[in-house]
Amino acid sequence: MKNNLFTYTLRIADDSLILGQRLSAWCGHGPVIEEDIAMTNIALDLIGQATSLLEYAAEVEGKGRSADDLAFLRFEHEYFNTQLVEQRNGDFAVTMVRQWIFDTFRLPFYEALQRSADKQLAAIAEKSLKETKYHWKHSSEWIIRMGDGTEESNKRVNDALTLLWKFSDELFYMDQVDQDLIEQGIAIDLETLRPAFDERVQLVLQEAGLQLPDSKWKLNGGRVGRHTEHFGHLLAEMQYMQRAYPNMEW
Amino acid sequence: MVDESTIWHYLEEVPDPEVPVLSVIDLGIVRGVKVISDQEVEVTITPTYSGCPAMNYIEQAIREVLSEKGIGEIHVQTVLSPAWTTDWMSESGKEKLLAYGIAPPVNETDKLVLFGDAPVVKCPQCGSEHTKMLSLFGSTACKALYQCQDCLEPFDYFKCLR
Repeated sequence: MKNNLFTYTLRIADDSLILGQRLSAWCGHGPVIEEDIAMTNIALDLIGQATSLLEYAAEVEGKGRSADDLAFLRFEHEYFNTQLVEQRNGDFAVTMVRQWIFDTFRLPFYEALQRSADKQLAAIAEKSLKETKYHWKHSSEWIIRMGDGTEESNKRVNDALTLLWKFSDELFYMDQVDQDLIEQGIAIDLETLRPAFDERVQLVLQEAGLQLPDSKWKLNGGRVGRHTEHFGHLLAEMQYMQRAYPNMEW
Repeated sequence: MVDESTIWHYLEEVPDPEVPVLSVIDLGIVRGVKVISDQEVEVTITPTYSGCPAMNYIEQAIREVLSEKGIGEIHVQTVLSPAWTTDWMSESGKEKLLAYGIAPPVNETDKLVLFGDAPVVKCPQCGSEHTKMLSLFGSTACKALYQCQDCLEPFDYFKCLR
Protein backbone atom coordinates (compact mmCIF):
# COMPACT_ATOMS: atom_id res chain seq x y z
CA MET A 1 0.00 0.00 0.00
CA LYS A 2 2.72 2.42 1.03
CA ASN A 3 4.68 1.34 -2.00
CA ASN A 4 1.72 2.03 -4.27
CA LEU A 5 1.31 5.54 -2.91
CA PHE A 6 5.03 6.14 -3.47
CA THR A 7 4.81 4.98 -7.09
CA TYR A 8 1.60 6.92 -7.71
CA THR A 9 3.10 10.14 -6.34
CA LEU A 10 6.28 9.64 -8.37
CA ARG A 11 4.30 9.23 -11.58
CA ILE A 12 2.68 12.63 -11.08
CA ALA A 13 5.92 14.22 -9.86
CA ASP A 14 8.01 12.93 -12.75
CA ASP A 15 5.61 14.31 -15.36
CA SER A 16 6.02 17.76 -13.82
CA LEU A 17 9.76 17.44 -13.29
CA ILE A 18 10.65 16.22 -16.77
CA LEU A 19 8.37 18.63 -18.62
CA GLY A 20 9.75 21.44 -16.44
CA GLN A 21 13.28 20.39 -17.36
CA ARG A 22 12.42 20.25 -21.07
CA LEU A 23 10.73 23.65 -21.06
CA SER A 24 13.51 25.34 -19.12
CA ALA A 25 15.88 24.55 -22.02
CA TRP A 26 14.02 27.30 -23.92
CA CYS A 27 15.38 29.88 -21.47
CA GLY A 28 17.25 32.41 -23.58
CA HIS A 29 16.10 30.76 -26.82
CA GLY A 30 12.44 31.79 -27.05
CA PRO A 31 11.19 33.13 -30.39
CA VAL A 32 10.31 36.45 -28.70
CA ILE A 33 11.13 37.65 -25.21
CA GLU A 34 7.54 37.41 -23.95
CA GLU A 35 7.44 33.77 -24.97
CA ASP A 36 10.84 33.09 -23.46
CA ILE A 37 9.52 34.45 -20.16
CA ALA A 38 6.23 32.56 -20.48
CA MET A 39 7.94 29.20 -21.03
CA THR A 40 10.34 29.69 -18.14
CA ASN A 41 7.45 30.79 -15.89
CA ILE A 42 5.57 27.62 -16.76
CA ALA A 43 8.74 25.57 -16.21
CA LEU A 44 9.10 27.17 -12.79
CA ASP A 45 5.52 26.28 -11.84
CA LEU A 46 6.09 22.69 -12.97
CA ILE A 47 9.34 22.32 -11.06
CA GLY A 48 7.65 23.86 -8.01
CA GLN A 49 4.88 21.27 -8.27
CA ALA A 50 7.48 18.54 -8.70
CA THR A 51 9.25 19.72 -5.55
CA SER A 52 6.08 19.44 -3.44
CA LEU A 53 5.31 16.02 -4.94
CA LEU A 54 8.85 14.66 -4.56
CA GLU A 55 9.06 15.88 -0.96
CA TYR A 56 5.87 13.98 -0.29
CA ALA A 57 7.10 10.89 -2.16
CA ALA A 58 10.30 10.93 -0.09
CA GLU A 59 8.26 11.15 3.10
CA VAL A 60 5.96 8.30 2.02
CA GLU A 61 8.93 6.13 1.13
CA GLY A 62 10.52 6.80 4.51
CA LYS A 63 13.98 5.55 3.59
CA GLY A 64 15.84 8.78 4.20
CA ARG A 65 15.98 9.86 0.57
CA SER A 66 15.29 13.55 -0.04
CA ALA A 67 13.33 15.20 -2.85
CA ASP A 68 16.65 16.11 -4.47
CA ASP A 69 17.86 12.50 -4.25
CA LEU A 70 14.71 11.41 -6.05
CA ALA A 71 15.01 14.12 -8.68
CA PHE A 72 18.69 13.68 -9.47
CA LEU A 73 19.88 10.25 -8.42
CA ARG A 74 17.52 7.71 -9.91
CA PHE A 75 18.35 5.63 -12.96
CA GLU A 76 16.38 5.89 -16.17
CA HIS A 77 14.05 2.94 -15.49
CA GLU A 78 13.17 4.37 -12.07
CA TYR A 79 11.45 7.43 -13.54
CA PHE A 80 7.73 7.00 -14.18
CA ASN A 81 6.86 10.01 -16.34
CA THR A 82 4.87 9.51 -19.53
CA GLN A 83 6.86 9.34 -22.74
CA LEU A 84 5.03 12.46 -23.96
CA VAL A 85 6.81 14.85 -21.61
CA GLU A 86 10.31 13.54 -22.38
CA GLN A 87 9.97 14.15 -26.13
CA ARG A 88 12.43 16.69 -27.48
CA ASN A 89 11.48 20.36 -27.74
CA GLY A 90 11.68 20.36 -31.53
CA ASP A 91 10.41 23.60 -32.99
CA PHE A 92 8.02 25.92 -31.16
CA ALA A 93 5.00 24.05 -32.54
CA VAL A 94 6.24 20.74 -31.11
CA THR A 95 6.86 22.33 -27.71
CA MET A 96 3.40 23.92 -27.65
CA VAL A 97 1.54 20.82 -28.83
CA ARG A 98 3.32 18.73 -26.19
CA GLN A 99 2.39 21.35 -23.56
CA TRP A 100 -1.18 21.63 -24.75
CA ILE A 101 -1.85 17.87 -24.70
CA PHE A 102 -0.35 17.72 -21.22
CA ASP A 103 -2.23 20.78 -19.87
CA THR A 104 -5.50 19.50 -21.31
CA PHE A 105 -5.02 16.30 -19.32
CA ARG A 106 -3.75 17.97 -16.17
CA LEU A 107 -6.78 20.25 -15.79
CA PRO A 108 -9.40 17.54 -15.18
CA PHE A 109 -6.79 15.44 -13.37
CA TYR A 110 -6.03 18.10 -10.76
CA GLU A 111 -9.71 19.00 -10.52
CA ALA A 112 -10.40 15.40 -9.51
CA LEU A 113 -7.29 14.94 -7.35
CA GLN A 114 -8.38 17.87 -5.16
CA ARG A 115 -10.94 15.47 -3.73
CA SER A 116 -8.46 12.65 -3.07
CA ALA A 117 -8.68 10.95 0.31
CA ASP A 118 -4.96 11.62 0.61
CA LYS A 119 -4.79 15.09 2.18
CA GLN A 120 -1.36 16.04 0.88
CA LEU A 121 -2.05 15.02 -2.73
CA ALA A 122 -5.33 16.94 -2.52
CA ALA A 123 -3.52 20.04 -1.23
CA ILE A 124 -0.90 19.89 -3.98
CA ALA A 125 -3.64 19.45 -6.59
CA GLU A 126 -5.63 22.42 -5.25
CA LYS A 127 -2.55 24.61 -5.48
CA SER A 128 -1.36 23.33 -8.87
CA LEU A 129 -4.76 23.55 -10.56
CA LYS A 130 -4.76 27.34 -10.35
CA GLU A 131 -1.41 27.49 -12.16
CA THR A 132 -2.43 24.87 -14.71
CA LYS A 133 -5.40 27.01 -15.80
CA TYR A 134 -2.94 29.69 -16.95
CA HIS A 135 -0.76 27.11 -18.70
CA TRP A 136 -3.72 25.64 -20.56
CA LYS A 137 -5.02 29.02 -21.66
CA HIS A 138 -1.57 29.92 -22.95
CA SER A 139 -0.90 26.69 -24.85
CA SER A 140 -4.45 26.56 -26.24
CA GLU A 141 -4.21 30.07 -27.60
CA TRP A 142 -1.00 29.15 -29.38
CA ILE A 143 -2.55 26.04 -30.95
CA ILE A 144 -5.35 28.22 -32.27
CA ARG A 145 -3.01 30.94 -33.48
CA MET A 146 -0.73 28.49 -35.28
CA GLY A 147 -3.55 26.39 -36.72
CA ASP A 148 -5.46 29.44 -37.90
CA GLY A 149 -2.31 31.36 -38.87
CA THR A 150 -0.15 31.08 -41.95
CA GLU A 151 0.33 28.12 -44.24
CA GLU A 152 3.70 27.54 -42.59
CA SER A 153 2.41 27.69 -38.99
CA ASN A 154 -0.50 25.43 -39.91
CA LYS A 155 1.87 22.88 -41.43
CA ARG A 156 4.13 22.92 -38.40
CA VAL A 157 1.38 22.50 -35.84
CA ASN A 158 -0.08 19.69 -37.94
CA ASP A 159 3.28 17.95 -38.10
CA ALA A 160 3.63 18.34 -34.34
CA LEU A 161 0.19 16.79 -33.75
CA THR A 162 1.13 13.86 -35.97
CA LEU A 163 4.40 13.44 -34.09
CA LEU A 164 2.97 13.65 -30.56
CA TRP A 165 -0.65 12.55 -30.52
CA LYS A 166 0.35 8.87 -30.30
CA PHE A 167 1.80 9.60 -26.85
CA SER A 168 -1.41 11.12 -25.49
CA ASP A 169 -3.08 7.83 -24.60
CA GLU A 170 -0.42 7.05 -22.01
CA LEU A 171 -1.70 9.89 -19.86
CA PHE A 172 -4.67 7.58 -19.17
CA TYR A 173 -2.54 4.51 -18.35
CA MET A 174 -3.62 2.64 -15.23
CA ASP A 175 -2.47 -0.58 -13.60
CA GLN A 176 -2.68 -2.35 -10.24
CA VAL A 177 -1.09 0.64 -8.48
CA ASP A 178 -4.03 2.76 -9.54
CA GLN A 179 -6.65 0.10 -8.91
CA ASP A 180 -5.58 -0.39 -5.31
CA LEU A 181 -5.50 3.32 -4.60
CA ILE A 182 -8.79 3.99 -6.41
CA GLU A 183 -10.45 1.57 -3.99
CA GLN A 184 -9.15 3.67 -1.13
CA GLY A 185 -10.36 6.91 -2.68
CA ILE A 186 -6.80 8.15 -3.17
CA ALA A 187 -6.16 7.72 -6.91
CA ILE A 188 -8.32 8.97 -9.77
CA ASP A 189 -10.00 6.57 -12.18
CA LEU A 190 -8.51 8.18 -15.28
CA GLU A 191 -11.19 6.77 -17.58
CA THR A 192 -13.64 9.18 -15.94
CA LEU A 193 -11.54 12.10 -17.19
CA ARG A 194 -11.73 11.18 -20.86
CA PRO A 195 -14.95 13.05 -21.70
CA ALA A 196 -13.60 16.33 -20.27
CA PHE A 197 -10.28 15.79 -22.02
CA ASP A 198 -11.86 14.97 -25.38
CA GLU A 199 -14.22 17.91 -25.15
CA ARG A 200 -11.42 20.40 -24.49
CA VAL A 201 -9.29 18.90 -27.27
CA GLN A 202 -12.14 19.33 -29.77
CA LEU A 203 -12.96 22.84 -28.57
CA VAL A 204 -9.46 24.04 -29.38
CA LEU A 205 -8.92 22.01 -32.55
CA GLN A 206 -12.16 23.26 -34.07
CA GLU A 207 -11.25 26.85 -33.38
CA ALA A 208 -7.77 26.20 -34.80
CA GLY A 209 -9.11 24.49 -37.92
CA LEU A 210 -7.11 21.37 -37.11
CA GLN A 211 -7.89 17.68 -36.89
CA LEU A 212 -6.43 14.81 -34.95
CA PRO A 213 -4.22 12.49 -36.99
CA ASP A 214 -5.91 9.43 -38.48
CA SER A 215 -3.45 6.98 -37.02
CA LYS A 216 -4.68 5.04 -34.02
CA TRP A 217 -1.15 4.05 -33.04
CA LYS A 218 -0.63 4.41 -29.28
CA LEU A 219 2.60 4.27 -27.34
CA ASN A 220 3.20 3.75 -23.65
CA GLY A 221 5.74 2.38 -21.20
CA GLY A 222 6.91 5.45 -19.31
CA ARG A 223 4.64 4.74 -16.35
CA VAL A 224 6.54 1.50 -15.71
CA GLY A 225 9.98 2.93 -16.42
CA ARG A 226 10.38 2.20 -20.16
CA HIS A 227 11.44 5.33 -21.95
CA THR A 228 12.22 6.58 -25.43
CA GLU A 229 15.80 7.16 -26.50
CA HIS A 230 15.66 10.91 -25.85
CA PHE A 231 15.19 10.39 -22.13
CA GLY A 232 18.70 9.19 -21.34
CA HIS A 233 20.14 12.32 -22.94
CA LEU A 234 17.86 14.51 -20.87
CA LEU A 235 18.91 12.74 -17.67
CA ALA A 236 22.60 13.02 -18.52
CA GLU A 237 22.25 16.78 -18.59
CA MET A 238 19.83 17.07 -15.66
CA GLN A 239 21.88 14.85 -13.36
CA TYR A 240 25.32 16.06 -14.34
CA MET A 241 26.03 18.21 -11.28
CA GLN A 242 24.93 15.61 -8.72
CA ARG A 243 26.81 12.83 -10.50
CA ALA A 244 29.99 14.87 -10.94
CA TYR A 245 29.90 16.45 -7.47
CA PRO A 246 27.94 14.06 -5.23
CA ASN A 247 25.96 15.70 -2.42
CA MET A 248 26.68 19.23 -3.59
CA GLU A 249 24.12 21.74 -2.36
CA TRP A 250 22.85 24.98 -3.80
CA MET B 1 4.42 37.54 27.68
CA VAL B 2 4.35 38.25 23.97
CA ASP B 3 0.92 37.66 22.46
CA GLU B 4 -0.15 36.60 18.98
CA SER B 5 -1.32 40.02 17.85
CA THR B 6 2.13 41.42 18.65
CA ILE B 7 3.73 38.77 16.43
CA TRP B 8 1.29 39.57 13.60
CA HIS B 9 2.28 43.21 14.06
CA TYR B 10 5.99 42.34 13.90
CA LEU B 11 5.45 40.41 10.67
CA GLU B 12 4.25 43.61 8.98
CA GLU B 13 7.94 44.50 8.88
CA VAL B 14 8.77 41.48 6.68
CA PRO B 15 8.67 42.56 3.01
CA ASP B 16 7.97 40.42 0.00
CA PRO B 17 11.37 40.40 -1.73
CA GLU B 18 9.92 40.64 -5.23
CA VAL B 19 7.42 43.37 -4.42
CA PRO B 20 9.08 45.07 -1.44
CA VAL B 21 6.25 47.57 -1.01
CA LEU B 22 4.09 44.69 0.27
CA SER B 23 4.60 42.98 3.60
CA VAL B 24 3.95 39.27 3.95
CA ILE B 25 0.78 40.32 5.85
CA ASP B 26 -0.45 42.52 2.95
CA LEU B 27 0.21 39.65 0.58
CA GLY B 28 -1.82 37.28 2.73
CA ILE B 29 0.69 34.45 2.90
CA VAL B 30 0.89 34.20 6.70
CA ARG B 31 -1.64 31.58 7.71
CA GLY B 32 -1.07 31.32 11.42
CA VAL B 33 0.94 32.41 14.40
CA LYS B 34 1.31 30.36 17.57
CA VAL B 35 3.04 31.60 20.68
CA ILE B 36 4.50 28.59 22.44
CA SER B 37 6.34 30.54 25.13
CA ASP B 38 7.90 33.95 25.59
CA GLN B 39 10.90 32.65 23.72
CA GLU B 40 9.30 30.35 21.17
CA VAL B 41 7.00 31.14 18.27
CA GLU B 42 5.63 29.19 15.31
CA VAL B 43 4.67 30.94 12.07
CA THR B 44 2.82 29.17 9.26
CA ILE B 45 3.14 30.49 5.71
CA THR B 46 1.88 29.41 2.28
CA PRO B 47 3.45 30.02 -1.16
CA THR B 48 1.79 32.23 -3.78
CA TYR B 49 2.89 29.91 -6.61
CA SER B 50 4.28 26.35 -6.27
CA GLY B 51 7.64 27.37 -7.67
CA CYS B 52 7.90 30.70 -5.88
CA PRO B 53 11.66 31.13 -5.45
CA ALA B 54 11.15 33.70 -2.69
CA MET B 55 9.88 31.24 -0.08
CA ASN B 56 13.31 30.48 1.40
CA TYR B 57 14.11 34.15 1.55
CA ILE B 58 10.81 34.96 3.23
CA GLU B 59 11.37 32.26 5.82
CA GLN B 60 14.80 33.71 6.53
CA ALA B 61 13.43 37.26 6.75
CA ILE B 62 10.76 36.16 9.24
CA ARG B 63 13.46 34.61 11.41
CA GLU B 64 15.58 37.75 11.26
CA VAL B 65 12.77 40.14 12.16
CA LEU B 66 11.48 38.02 15.02
CA SER B 67 14.90 37.35 16.48
CA GLU B 68 15.60 41.10 16.44
CA LYS B 69 12.49 41.41 18.59
CA GLY B 70 14.00 38.99 21.07
CA ILE B 71 12.28 35.75 20.14
CA GLY B 72 14.83 32.98 20.66
CA GLU B 73 13.28 30.03 18.93
CA ILE B 74 11.36 30.48 15.69
CA HIS B 75 9.70 27.70 13.73
CA VAL B 76 8.49 28.44 10.20
CA GLN B 77 6.12 25.93 8.65
CA THR B 78 4.81 25.83 5.09
CA VAL B 79 1.30 24.63 4.26
CA LEU B 80 -0.33 24.33 0.82
CA SER B 81 -3.99 24.20 1.76
CA PRO B 82 -6.12 26.24 1.61
CA ALA B 83 -4.26 27.38 -1.49
CA TRP B 84 -3.37 31.04 -1.74
CA THR B 85 -5.35 33.17 -4.18
CA THR B 86 -5.20 36.89 -4.87
CA ASP B 87 -8.33 37.19 -2.70
CA TRP B 88 -6.02 36.74 0.30
CA MET B 89 -4.34 40.06 -0.47
CA SER B 90 -5.45 42.89 1.79
CA GLU B 91 -7.20 46.01 0.47
CA SER B 92 -4.37 48.18 1.76
CA GLY B 93 -1.96 45.84 -0.03
CA LYS B 94 -3.79 46.51 -3.31
CA GLU B 95 -3.55 50.27 -2.73
CA LYS B 96 0.17 50.00 -2.01
CA LEU B 97 0.69 48.03 -5.22
CA LEU B 98 -1.06 50.69 -7.27
CA ALA B 99 0.96 53.49 -5.68
CA TYR B 100 4.11 51.49 -6.45
CA GLY B 101 3.22 51.27 -10.16
CA ILE B 102 1.88 47.71 -10.31
CA ALA B 103 -1.76 47.26 -11.29
CA PRO B 104 -3.49 45.23 -8.54
CA PRO B 105 -5.53 42.10 -9.40
CA VAL B 106 -9.02 42.72 -10.71
CA ASN B 107 -11.78 40.15 -10.85
CA GLU B 108 -11.37 38.11 -13.97
CA THR B 109 -13.49 35.61 -15.76
CA ASP B 110 -12.28 32.06 -15.34
CA LYS B 111 -9.03 31.20 -17.13
CA LEU B 112 -10.84 28.25 -18.67
CA VAL B 113 -12.90 30.58 -20.81
CA LEU B 114 -10.73 30.92 -23.89
CA PHE B 115 -12.59 33.57 -25.81
CA GLY B 116 -14.19 35.68 -23.11
CA ASP B 117 -13.62 39.38 -22.56
CA ALA B 118 -10.23 40.29 -21.16
CA PRO B 119 -10.39 42.09 -17.80
CA VAL B 120 -10.07 45.86 -17.78
CA VAL B 121 -6.76 46.62 -16.11
CA LYS B 122 -6.23 50.31 -15.42
CA CYS B 123 -2.86 51.90 -16.11
CA PRO B 124 -1.21 52.58 -12.74
CA GLN B 125 0.49 55.66 -14.22
CA CYS B 126 -2.30 57.62 -15.90
CA GLY B 127 -5.41 55.69 -14.86
CA SER B 128 -6.49 54.98 -18.44
CA GLU B 129 -8.62 51.90 -19.08
CA HIS B 130 -7.25 51.74 -22.60
CA THR B 131 -4.57 49.11 -21.97
CA LYS B 132 -3.52 45.87 -23.60
CA MET B 133 -1.91 42.69 -22.42
CA LEU B 134 1.51 42.05 -23.91
CA SER B 135 2.09 38.74 -22.17
CA LEU B 136 0.18 36.59 -19.74
CA PHE B 137 3.49 35.82 -18.03
CA GLY B 138 5.70 38.57 -16.65
CA SER B 139 8.79 39.31 -14.61
CA THR B 140 7.72 37.02 -11.77
CA ALA B 141 5.28 34.11 -11.52
CA CYS B 142 2.58 36.39 -10.07
CA LYS B 143 2.63 39.09 -12.74
CA ALA B 144 1.55 39.68 -16.34
CA LEU B 145 2.92 42.36 -18.65
CA TYR B 146 0.63 45.14 -19.92
CA GLN B 147 1.01 48.36 -21.84
CA CYS B 148 -1.05 51.54 -21.64
CA GLN B 149 -2.34 52.61 -25.06
CA ASP B 150 -2.68 56.24 -23.96
CA CYS B 151 0.51 57.08 -22.08
CA LEU B 152 2.32 54.13 -23.73
CA GLU B 153 4.01 53.05 -20.48
CA PRO B 154 4.47 49.31 -20.10
CA PHE B 155 3.51 48.08 -16.63
CA ASP B 156 3.24 44.99 -14.47
CA TYR B 157 -0.14 43.61 -13.54
CA PHE B 158 -0.42 41.44 -10.44
CA LYS B 159 -2.57 38.80 -12.05
CA CYS B 160 -5.67 37.29 -10.55
CA LEU B 161 -5.07 33.76 -9.29
CA ARG B 162 -8.08 31.66 -8.32
